[in-house]
Amino acid sequence: MEAHSSEVFVIGLTVFFLACIIGYYVVWSVTPALHSPLMGVTNAISSVIIVGAILAAGPFGYDTSKIFGIIGVLLASINIFGGFIVTYRMLSMFKKKPKKNKKD
Amino acid sequence: MSANMVAVLYLISALMFIFALRGLSHPESSRLGNIFGIVGMIIAIITTLMFKSVLSYVEIGAAIIIGGAIGTFIALRIEMTALPQLVAAFHSLVGIAAVFVAAAAFYDPASFGIGKVGSIGTSSLIEMSIGTFIGAITFSGSVLAFGKLQGTVSGKPIVFKFQHTINALILVIIISLIVIFVTNQSPSIFWTIVIVSILLGFLVVIPIGGADMPVVVSMLNSYSGWAACGIGFTLSNNLLIITGALVGASGAILSYIMSKGMNRSIISVVLGGFGGEQAASSVGDNSDKIVKQGNAEDAAYIMKNADSVIIVPGYGMAVAQAQHALREMGDILKKEGINVRYAIHPVAGRMPGHMNVLLAEANVPYEEVLELDEINHDFPMTEVSFVIGANDVTNPAAKTDETSPIYGMPILDVEKSQTVLFIKRSMATGYSGVDNELFYRDNTTMLFGDAKKMCEDIVKSLA
Repeated sequence: MEAHSSEVFVIGLTVFFLACIIGYYVVWSVTPALHSPLMGVTNAISSVIIVGAILAAGPFGYDTSKIFGIIGVLLASINIFGGFIVTYRMLSMFKKKPKKNKKD
Repeated sequence: MSANMVAVLYLISALMFIFALRGLSHPESSRLGNIFGIVGMIIAIITTLMFKSVLSYVEIGAAIIIGGAIGTFIALRIEMTALPQLVAAFHSLVGIAAVFVAAAAFYDPASFGIGKVGSIGTSSLIEMSIGTFIGAITFSGSVLAFGKLQGTVSGKPIVFKFQHTINALILVIIISLIVIFVTNQSPSIFWTIVIVSILLGFLVVIPIGGADMPVVVSMLNSYSGWAACGIGFTLSNNLLIITGALVGASGAILSYIMSKGMNRSIISVVLGGFGGEQAASSVGDNSDKIVKQGNAEDAAYIMKNADSVIIVPGYGMAVAQAQHALREMGDILKKEGINVRYAIHPVAGRMPGHMNVLLAEANVPYEEVLELDEINHDFPMTEVSFVIGANDVTNPAAKTDETSPIYGMPILDVEKSQTVLFIKRSMATGYSGVDNELFYRDNTTMLFGDAKKMCEDIVKSLA
């Protein structure tokens, strides 16, 4: 058990550091004008912890863990929908305007 | 679904998230990026729902629908000027959700394959407590940041004696609690960690003032990522680890950019207290200096006769909701053949990119909106700088006065343009509490009044 879990941990650590490096380069390439949408989108994707909440809420029957799971799913869903929609709203403002903006 | 299939689908989902961030490198590709993000999330959720152990679709479905409806409602209704507080509120949800997931894993470790109640593996316990700790700090820190941004809590930094000693002491207590928790796996210790971490989150944000909020919001963004990472390690879930690391890195880089924009180390921002009482020393000796005052007609006349105008917006523009009136003014000037551009300081507003979003909302084409490094060398060749709602980011003292609290901060060189038009409510100092010598310069004309009203009056005079 211990040997196995330490192996899993090292794999996790490998993934973690590689992901940090990818994150570093990808985020530096984001144009400063879009830093607010960047926060919106990172906010939405960090709610991927909904995956853990779904696993907790999964089994039949009610126990403490399941209730926590359902609350977790609910909170993360607020964030997922809210985060992506508010990002969408921001980004649609950055659409190229037709020449001689006649729009309001 | 086999474990390998799950791993592959999670990998695809993680790649989608990377593409989502990558898309933000340009406004034209950004909307596609957001769609990648949504697709990645849908893949992640559906994959998880296919697990054999996931059976109660009704409850999960109901939670997603209710949460989704709340999130949609808020996101559609929110004013763009209120974005910073919205983002802070959302960060708090990630934090508290992480705490709930960690608690669920603690109460039912079998569902997550990390052992049985009372005999969870040591590494899982450590990861779980770290995830809980970061999640709880993110939660309470974001709640307080939300309050400060919304104005329900005073935006002034609150400093008291031994503040940092107390925080350090609490951190030591939390570490000791984690050690105890790992050895006895007691639920009461788990919840004590949660409560003490929540307390620490409040204490960490309390001394940080309003204009430092861009750094705080970015930092909490980063924390919410690390919290997801902690949960990812607990559940040995690579998707959570990758996504958490991406978000964590993103928030950390934004914090770095923001504190560089103020020429302050992240540490000094975190320690807080900036803009409080210590700035009082540099105020007060300017009472006898003369300020040139103008009105909307003067401003309209000056700008109409210029070839080039650079508009410098700040948080005050957001407060006054002046972006639409400002854009209207810019449009009229452009029709007169005047070169109109916008200059954005990295820390203008209350979150990274705040001004860019507000100007985009008002239909200002993003090509006309330039960053500090792109436009700063153009000020000497510019006839009029139009400062609206910004103050400290234009203060020449940052370059000359070594005693000034903002010394060394990169500023927009508006004073190098022929004329500076400066909209301001009154002669009060900016956030830093530093007097702005720009007001007393010969080439500065102060326009006193509400930013929106002033822009509307200028538009009327231009017509």
